[in-house]
Amino acid sequence: MATVQSELAIEAHGVARRFGARWVLRGITLELRPGEIVGLLGSNGSGKTTLLRIFGTLLKPSAGTARIYGHDIVREPNDVREDLGFLAHTPGLYDDLTARENLRFAAEMLGQPVGANLDAALERVGLTHVTNERVRGFSAGMQRRLALARLLLRRPRLLLLDEPYSNLDSAGIALMNSIIVEAGHAGGGALVVLHELAPAAGVLDRTITIVNGRVAESAPAPAPRVRIVAGAG
Amino acid sequence: MAFRDDVRRIRAIAWKDLTTERRSKAGFNSVAALGVTILVLFGFALGPDAQALREAAPGALWLSALFAGVLAFNRSYQVELESGALDQLLQYPGSRWVIYVGKLAANSIFVGLMLVIVVTAGIALFQIRIPAAWPSLIGVLVLGAVGLVVLGTFYAAMASRSRAREVLLPLLLFPMLVPVLLAAMSASKALLNGDMMHEAGAWVKLLTAYDVIFLIATLLAFEYVIEV
Repeated sequence: MATVQSELAIEAHGVARRFGARWVLRGITLELRPGEIVGLLGSNGSGKTTLLRIFGTLLKPSAGTARIYGHDIVREPNDVREDLGFLAHTPGLYDDLTARENLRFAAEMLGQPVGANLDAALERVGLTHVTNERVRGFSAGMQRRLALARLLLRRPRLLLLDEPYSNLDSAGIALMNSIIVEAGHAGGGALVVLHELAPAAGVLDRTITIVNGRVAESAPAPAPRVRIVAGAG
Repeated sequence: MAFRDDVRRIRAIAWKDLTTERRSKAGFNSVAALGVTILVLFGFALGPDAQALREAAPGALWLSALFAGVLAFNRSYQVELESGALDQLLQYPGSRWVIYVGKLAANSIFVGLMLVIVVTAGIALFQIRIPAAWPSLIGVLVLGAVGLVVLGTFYAAMASRSRAREVLLPLLLFPMLVPVLLAAMSASKALLNGDMMHEAGAWVKLLTAYDVIFLIATLLAFEYVIEV
């Protein structure tokens, strides 16, 4: 295992990516500290998802470097994935498996135990009534909740969430926010791709806005998260 | 510990692939039906001459397995692409070759079952006499199936990233499978005819060498073909 050279959750320098002749990212430089929850904003096609996929080791950058907790995303992708919890825009579930079987498969792949933890995750996301039903019959919101339950199977050091609120009702949004905030309080970072700030109000510490593949603005969140400080009160 | 985790992941992927195929039903049924249909069509093309049918049987059997196999290999990644599951699969910790081995295990069982049906149908349709050296013939079937599955699973992963994957897979796969098909057909034919010239051994050695070389090569290369 490589030596950890940085304590930052994300450290990116000049990350660029092109698809064919079109540059989607044109040199992104950003940092995310452990425990920090950052919203990634931008219009459609601005490069938010591409950046998230690069940090998630699903795409390689065409130029630039990035480290996740000190591990280089290109040279040490296996070490990077050990630290990540990734929620893509699509749920990534298997329609012909039941909710519990989907979680069981994820637990096996994550090297987690297979037992009461699956039921606990299903209970947390409110899907105990459909535990043994196939995902094919689930609504988009239920599939999103199940993907969220998969995220709960372990405690990753960094959450990468791509439009996590899509298809969720108000209870689902509250659940998502509680999971993000818990990750922050536990010292893990979270980078959340958003179309609008409203659902994440009170959750974010900072927002980064991307325009045409470049960081246009990095600013404190309009309604910043209330941090729990050890020893306070 | 890491090896135990890898084995656990391989088992999970194979279980998942086989379970989804078993439940979708359409997958295996269509693959097996295609294999048998191609055999029947070969039968019509060759006519009623029993000797001609027996002569052509090894070629017809392996080509049926090949065409039906392509359908199976495409399906193996189709399941991952349907709801963005491939990205999630690539996101799990651990080396990516475990995904290949897991899919290889599932496809081996899938193609093995398909071969049982196609060979049984072939024996009946082509009036094949079971030779005394039938265990060797089964060995050739296994070696041929391994070559087919190793390359089929690998190239299906490569084609899965393309919109034209259904067309791309045969274009990539068929030329690479020529040595496997040639060796498997020749060894099968020699064994069915009693192997008077003792030529089956040489073909089996070629088949084995090809299987080993491509198993190692595809294991090493999988990580690069599955990435964008």
